[in-house]
Amino acid sequence: MASVTLAAPRRGVPRWLWALPPVAGLGLVFLYPMALVVWQSVSPDSGGHDLSGYGTVLASTGFQTALLNTVWIAAGSTVGCLVLGFALALVIAFVPFPGGKALSRFIDIFLAFPSFLITLALLFVYGTVGIVNGIWTDTTGAAHGPVDFLHTPWGVLLAEVTYFTPFVMRPLLAAFSQIDTAQIEAAASLGARAPRIVRQVILPEALPSLAAGGSLVLVMCLNEFGIILFTGAKGVTTLPMLVYSKAILDGDYPGACVVAVVNIALSVALYTLYRVVLARGAGGARRAGA
Amino acid sequence: MLVHSRGGRWAVWIVFFALFLPVFALPFLVIMVASFATSWSGAFPSGMTLGHYQELTKGDSPHALLTSLVTALVASLAALAIGTWAALGAEALRRRGRRVVDALFMLPVAVPSVVVGLSLLVAFSKPPLLLNGTSTIVITAHTVLVTAFAYQSVAAALTRLDPAYEQSAASLGARPSYVLWRVKLPLLLPSLTAAAGLCFALSMGELSATMMLYPPNWVPLPVTIFGATDRGALFTGAALAVVLMASTLLVLFAVSRIRNRASYR
Repeated sequence: MASVTLAAPRRGVPRWLWALPPVAGLGLVFLYPMALVVWQSVSPDSGGHDLSGYGTVLASTGFQTALLNTVWIAAGSTVGCLVLGFALALVIAFVPFPGGKALSRFIDIFLAFPSFLITLALLFVYGTVGIVNGIWTDTTGAAHGPVDFLHTPWGVLLAEVTYFTPFVMRPLLAAFSQIDTAQIEAAASLGARAPRIVRQVILPEALPSLAAGGSLVLVMCLNEFGIILFTGAKGVTTLPMLVYSKAILDGDYPGACVVAVVNIALSVALYTLYRVVLARGAGGARRAGA
Repeated sequence: MLVHSRGGRWAVWIVFFALFLPVFALPFLVIMVASFATSWSGAFPSGMTLGHYQELTKGDSPHALLTSLVTALVASLAALAIGTWAALGAEALRRRGRRVVDALFMLPVAVPSVVVGLSLLVAFSKPPLLLNGTSTIVITAHTVLVTAFAYQSVAAALTRLDPAYEQSAASLGARPSYVLWRVKLPLLLPSLTAAAGLCFALSMGELSATMMLYPPNWVPLPVTIFGATDRGALFTGAALAVVLMASTLLVLFAVSRIRNRASYR
């Protein structure tokens, strides 16, 4: 038996050829359709190829409102997620209590469920015939409850903060677990109070994970569709919602493609930023992508 | 320990649970309870019943559940195969090529799911590839959306893999295919099952692209839930949501059992 011969580099297909079939598959079902969307966006129904579709759509108030809505809801949700996620992760990591581990596992399960379930639950809690309004009408005898914000952007904001906060907490918890507790003890023994320790010791360590988690959540909020569809709010139109209503309800494919291209540009630019932040951030931030 | 005084700690914990419980625990609790209620406009639900579930056994719901399960199963298996292959292929490339493959396979995460749906509609609504109106287009969309996650977890696991195993196998004369099949893939098995579970769960809950594509004879569970809530049948929607969550959790649990068995081997 020639068991001692070291495996020589085998002749055969070059290495890059092995990566080709999956890339070709991705090309057929993702890259080629994406290219067609861009192509369709410059091909109006009237025939020919020009940028007139962009002119019409970008100038329409419907699109401008949708763009504004998308950006401010996404930005607001991201800020909310960062603040809430930072506070909650801080307690789990540094003011530990029994059952904290189970809570982090619960958060993992949370991530496996679709976003629209949050809106469905909020309909029961804050809906017009929901729990909060029911308690109000029962106690005051009024005909209507005071709470009616689910069909406004604020309802979407609340749902998005609820659903996306765990995406901030996971990388933060990973980063917090790498902070040396001796640092905190030292700061405390030198007389620093909790807010100062958080500001000067913990926050600088957590910044890369906060940046990574925040930009990931921002992209996901820009792309969110289920939450907005379930609120059934006619007043809250975002870019993905506009793509859906133009294509499926109006049958205006070139228009939908124009909005889609704008949405892709926005999201991919931010996602690239997220990958850059992720690559720069060391250690704990690296796990943020999961 | 950040807060040293006992009173301070309790205050922090109370604030924590005052934020955590309503935000994270309440939604699922509310859906669970609502699925057994006939009405709920007050502090507590009234008229506890199993009626909503009995309703579900008739009608389209069993078919919707089956549709979702088949879609998620096929999509996650396809995603796992393509993602693993791509990750293994990318690993063999030089740094530049690996980054290109990385970027290409992570791109579907950045693109809005609705746009993924739209792009498939635009591309496959005319011959030669006429998929519009078939179940294939829904499964294709789900596969595109979850492949990124399969690729990501397998690629991450590959970088953690100790190269000593495959090197020693190769130095003992094992052919590359044998190394892949008997050394690398078994070592990757825990990550593969984890990725499969993640892909399955994501596909079960996928709504955005599905709303753009679903044909009348292939309506997955999330679309049925939307249909129920849209026509005002909130409690039926809640029961359907419980079915969705329970079946997802059941599959995740089964997958984690396989994973434990695999890691003890």
